[in-house]
Amino acid sequence: MEFAFTEEQEMIRDTAAAFLSEISDSAAVRRAMATEQGYEAAVWQRICGEMYWQAIHVPEAHGGLGLGYVELVAMMEQMGRQLLCAPFFSTVCLGVNALRVAGSEAQQALWLGQICAGELTATLAFNGGSSHWGAQAITATWRREGDQFVLDGEYRYVIDGHTSGLLVVAARAEGSTGEDGIGLFLVPATTAGVECNWLPTMDQARKQAGVRMNSVTVGADAVMGEPGQCWEALAKVIDLATIALAAEQVGGCQQLLDMTVAYTGERVQFNRTIASYQAVKHKAADMMLKTEVARSAIYYAACVAQEALEDGPLAGELREAASVAKSYCSDAFFAIAGDSLQLFGGVGFTWEYDVHLYFKRAKSSEHLLGNGAFHRERLARALLD
Amino acid sequence: MKLSFSPEDELFREEVATWLQDNLTGEFEKLKYRGGPGDEHMFPDERKVWEQKLAEGGWTCVGWPREYGGRGCSIEQQVIFFEEYARAGAPGRVGHIGEGLAGPTIIAFGTAEQKKKYLPGIVAGTELWCQGYSEPGAGSDLANVKTKARFDESRGKWLINGQKVWTSLAHESDFCFVIARTDPESVAHKGLGFFLIGMDQPGIEVRPIEQITGTSEFNEVFFDEAYCDADDIVGAPGDGWKVAMGLLGFERGVSTLGQQMQFQNELDEVVRQARSNGAAGDPVIRQRIARAHAELKIMRYNSMRMLSGQSASDGALQKEALIYKLFWATWHRSLGELAMDVLGPECEILEGAPYALSRLQSMYLFVRSDTIYGGTNQIQRNIIAERGLGMPREPKGTAK
Repeated sequence: MEFAFTEEQEMIRDTAAAFLSEISDSAAVRRAMATEQGYEAAVWQRICGEMYWQAIHVPEAHGGLGLGYVELVAMMEQMGRQLLCAPFFSTVCLGVNALRVAGSEAQQALWLGQICAGELTATLAFNGGSSHWGAQAITATWRREGDQFVLDGEYRYVIDGHTSGLLVVAARAEGSTGEDGIGLFLVPATTAGVECNWLPTMDQARKQAGVRMNSVTVGADAVMGEPGQCWEALAKVIDLATIALAAEQVGGCQQLLDMTVAYTGERVQFNRTIASYQAVKHKAADMMLKTEVARSAIYYAACVAQEALEDGPLAGELREAASVAKSYCSDAFFAIAGDSLQLFGGVGFTWEYDVHLYFKRAKSSEHLLGNGAFHRERLARALLD
Repeated sequence: MKLSFSPEDELFREEVATWLQDNLTGEFEKLKYRGGPGDEHMFPDERKVWEQKLAEGGWTCVGWPREYGGRGCSIEQQVIFFEEYARAGAPGRVGHIGEGLAGPTIIAFGTAEQKKKYLPGIVAGTELWCQGYSEPGAGSDLANVKTKARFDESRGKWLINGQKVWTSLAHESDFCFVIARTDPESVAHKGLGFFLIGMDQPGIEVRPIEQITGTSEFNEVFFDEAYCDADDIVGAPGDGWKVAMGLLGFERGVSTLGQQMQFQNELDEVVRQARSNGAAGDPVIRQRIARAHAELKIMRYNSMRMLSGQSASDGALQKEALIYKLFWATWHRSLGELAMDVLGPECEILEGAPYALSRLQSMYLFVRSDTIYGGTNQIQRNIIAERGLGMPREPKGTAK
């Protein structure tokens, strides 16, 4: 048992941190978030061209780096610290995971190749507008017409949905409910009948879109797995993405903690730094506790995610690990963001200081892919029913 | 990162589990799940016999080096031992203070004679120890020790005077390790000595403290010209604080996974109750049980990080270790509250008069001590802020 980063993993993390502090400082985040696209094309090109991060856990056979989920999680943590504005979470944590879990060899070869080449971004659309992020959130439908499939319906909260080249969409057989009837389809954004609209969000640093399928017709090559039997695969993709998102939350926790300790160490009131007051120290101590506990949760979940991709002995723990991590990290990040804003005092309330960017991110990440209560109820069902 | 144990370690796990299954039977059957924190007053005589049974099987001091009679187990194997021990419901160890605190201190700081004199009795499970640190005026401010030790030249012995408090198992113990002031003019961390004192002598009086549970496992210990042989001071006079603090470094979290197995047993009982009385259908209770479950899982992962982490060269605790006490103590306290809320009005009803508490009732009351002993939550937050985050230290007070 060795529950710590290897030297190589530490190097990957440190390299990521150094690069991100260069390309994603506060000014860069603020430039990108003010645009509809949500990222600067030049930054994404550097990520793809110089760092090859889009290929981090794509198998080498498909032109990727072939690294594991622990490396991906280490990187997501750093991206969360810097609020990276780039289609990384959508393309890698949603798109690549979906292709790896549910894509055929031919689909992987085609689409993963383009993603690795930096030519394509991707995302996943499944939620029709529910705070319940399970199968019942899927309201769009598919039906067979000869050799073809026709998709109809609406999706909300689609990360980078208005800029992605490839949409992985979930839909259900007409009349089906719950986990039955779910199909997964690969739909290029340019397909006739696909409508993608930017949804302006409070957290401007992560873009969301509404997506509509207006009788979109796709061929057999767009079908992932067996239409109607795809819930299990989709659930796995969502759990994998949830773990990556939780890692991003931990990065946010750490950054807020560091910012808060630094600020309270400089701010003087009553002739002493406010960091010298126990009321402030104890809040900071609680922030550190939450950050470290959250970190323990995502490191374990990362190991489980890796085993889930390799069908290792811990693969069966994926669902629980995702819910344990996301429930804790969601609540921790928001609590820390609120406390941080409080300890910054008046300037924490301004647009100029960065605290509000993390405060807003904390709420958006909390609800994306299910909030703490949603994930605890998932755990409760397994324990109590 | 690698989460699994090696095949050799898994074989070791089987060996431990099998031994416990074969031996925790007959006269020991009734000791299952007994004698842990909050229940230490139960079956002391039977648990002393059990301690010797463990010793016969070579299951005491498993982490000690072989040259001192230990089993020389790796960290992984120690983790496995403590996990299996708790999983089997084996009773709270009467020898844990000797094995976990007194012994490692003597191994690290003691003389060859002290090792020869004291270690075999701990390994054999025949000599029990208690800890004399806290005093009425030295709680969170542990260095404010007033107990005095003066060397009597004519008798060639140290004479100890003062009072210790919160000493668990004092009335069952053969020896006590005590920090006392060797320099009467000294204050705080300076001028202390670390003494190994026999309990069976007229100068020592043990008085039980009746606790919130109505039971007594803690004691007050009064020293009135109690003696200690000249050879039984560990380190030099004045080095007591260094020796006492050295103890903290021995706790690398190995036993924490066993402690968590006990927490898991308690949570399982709460879940059983919730399923049988319908509380499992209450959405608020469901959330709280799921939260307790999730955080206990993470507690385990956090311990795995602690065990895998490299200790810094200055012996400073890693961040995940710094927060651990505050985390588990607060979690455990919440579990007590959850247990009562799952039981509902039934939580009030005792098993019998005058004050026979059920397991969950006893747990609920006793866990209030978790956030107080071993550094209160408030002291823990000071430590985390100062050592973990580098925030300013608390100013020293001037009150007399």
